[in-house]
Amino acid sequence: MPKRVGMEVSIGIAEAVKLCDVDVISAYPITPQTHIVEHLSELVANGELDAEFIPVESEHTAISVGAGASATGARVYTATSSQGLALMHEILFIVSSMRLPIVMTVANRALSAPINIWNDHSDIMAERDIGWIQTFAINGQEAYDLTFHAFRVAEDEKVQLPVVVNIDGFTLSHVIEPIELVEKELVDKYLPPRKPILTLHPDNPVTMGPVGIPEVYTEARKQLEVALMDSKEVVVKAWQEFKKIFGREYHPIETYKTKDAELIFVTMGSITETAMLAVDKLREKGEKVGLVYIRLWRPFPHEEFYNAIKKAKILAVLDRAISYGTNSGPVYTEIRSSLFDKKKKPYVQGFVAGLGGRDIPTERFFEMIEIARSAAEKGECPQYIHLDVKED
Amino acid sequence: MMPAEEKAFKGLKARELPKEELFTQGHRACQGCGGALALRLVMKAVGNRVIVANATGCMEIISSAFPQTAWEVPWIHVAFENAAAVASGIESALKALMRKGRLKKEKIFVLAIAGDGGTADIGLQALSGALERGHDFVYVCIDNEAYMNTGIQRSSSTPFGARTTTSPAGKKSIGQVTWKKNVAEIAMAHHIPYVATVCPTYYQDMMNKVKKAITTPGPAYIHCLAPCPTGWRCSPNLTIEVGRLAVETGVFPLYEVTNGECKINYPHRRLKPVREYLQLQGRFRHLTDKYIEIIQERVKEEIAKLQALEKFSSFYKNALANF
Repeated sequence: MPKRVGMEVSIGIAEAVKLCDVDVISAYPITPQTHIVEHLSELVANGELDAEFIPVESEHTAISVGAGASATGARVYTATSSQGLALMHEILFIVSSMRLPIVMTVANRALSAPINIWNDHSDIMAERDIGWIQTFAINGQEAYDLTFHAFRVAEDEKVQLPVVVNIDGFTLSHVIEPIELVEKELVDKYLPPRKPILTLHPDNPVTMGPVGIPEVYTEARKQLEVALMDSKEVVVKAWQEFKKIFGREYHPIETYKTKDAELIFVTMGSITETAMLAVDKLREKGEKVGLVYIRLWRPFPHEEFYNAIKKAKILAVLDRAISYGTNSGPVYTEIRSSLFDKKKKPYVQGFVAGLGGRDIPTERFFEMIEIARSAAEKGECPQYIHLDVKED
Repeated sequence: MMPAEEKAFKGLKARELPKEELFTQGHRACQGCGGALALRLVMKAVGNRVIVANATGCMEIISSAFPQTAWEVPWIHVAFENAAAVASGIESALKALMRKGRLKKEKIFVLAIAGDGGTADIGLQALSGALERGHDFVYVCIDNEAYMNTGIQRSSSTPFGARTTTSPAGKKSIGQVTWKKNVAEIAMAHHIPYVATVCPTYYQDMMNKVKKAITTPGPAYIHCLAPCPTGWRCSPNLTIEVGRLAVETGVFPLYEVTNGECKINYPHRRLKPVREYLQLQGRFRHLTDKYIEIIQERVKEEIAKLQALEKFSSFYKNALANF
């Protein structure tokens, strides 16, 4: 029987990385990512994990070391957050376009200014278009499980792309949750050693990262887009395989009590569990509400999303970041764009809440349902409503 | 390098130079490019059991326009400021994979190459980090003293008085008003096993130092002055001559620092006047006698400092040995 233990989620992630037998870890400390890499360095120091742990001098170098190591054929892991992810920005595009599998946990945190160490999604939303596969965990078990999945997908022969696993800073990274730990033999069955297609080695010299003149640049970037879109199939298969071996089931889009729902909340990340509570309470009052949460953010599962919401009349989309200057949040924009060509589609109301660690209690979802309903009745489209803002 | 091999290596003779070209012809460098010549010599000294991490810059642009490549060895370019970081990753991966039995155990060298912008300016932090962490690699800075690839803009490695497109000489400016940043000294401050300055004019000295650097365990730093006829505004047939004068005038002395002990290799006789070096180059054409004198004084000071370091470091090493 698998063991279920109370464990800080960051430690759980580090233990998962250990079971994946990584070769190179490069990381720079940033709150709230620190506990993950601290624990990994301990595992290396104690000889429990045979890997090179490189305590670099910046996140820019953390990801650059990862690029060099991945190109040499190593299994590579890093983790970061907020400003650290922003500092990596330049290299993130290069890693995906050079098809270098790297797995990175992002403990999602607000961006400065003002400086704020608490949770929202503005860090990863600023990196939406980096060409990485991006998943979101809603609890500790998922943060743990998605780590194995990330390596399996990243290194798949057909994929060869880097993967971000998003976990909410503090609300996931620093809480103790019950996690069902997996056995090493099963991980070895799920995740074979990396078999890179091309590596840097004197026996077979290759030139990586050459100049792309206009005659070839378009094709190189198109290749990345095709690879990322095509990765969805592997992502889904890897989850099916995960279910077979470990018993837990994952999908690109998840639903909660949506069967007869007229109004559906759309969330990502750990706030999903609060939304579930809100749905339960509303259901007790007889409200026909449900919840859809996005696990696979990139590549965006348009088809699965539509199938999950097509029967609803109203969608209430909760963003944890603002897309500045568009009067919108990034998830809301994505969904409206995804539904634009559909003949039958629900009314979509956007909300932004929970920036920089501001709490989102269940009451906020009750508020959302009222606003979304009255907006839908009036047929108005005020883009997004920013909840819980002190105006005075 | 094995100890026996280290003993055997007494320096390359001209007739022993490897014929194999690992940085091959057909690249897109300008006529008389000192950087391309330097790379050719570096690769002859290093041999083919190496992985190269190249920063963005002239050397990367001229050698890797897809689908062609001038590289006969495994080579990677990621970005401008991270050659030392990428090299750190390669070295760490080799270490881990060989230890874990996934790669055959053998010596594979790691070489990072960057220009003066990628080293003295934007890449300084990554370089310092890699040297401090002690990765087993060699970093070669191909210093042509400005951002030549983007059109001759000044860097912190541009010498005092040089005219560039962002340090133009005008009624109120003599061009570059700051003194050249000394990255070799910065590298020395990391107390790494080997630091050397080279110039392709002195090709045997250069190749011997590169060979020594690559076979020294731990990090090594090589600073290479690479004359750039395009940016220095001189005739392409003067590359070798300008390099020689940079050394003979003391503007760019050649020395090596092995485990803290400094040895000056060139100039080994009286300094030639700096004017002989400056007058060959259009970038210094606007300088009046007054400024040439200022440069002359600075060169004397720098050489005196270097000679003092040479004396002190050998004195110190002897004292330590007898302590």
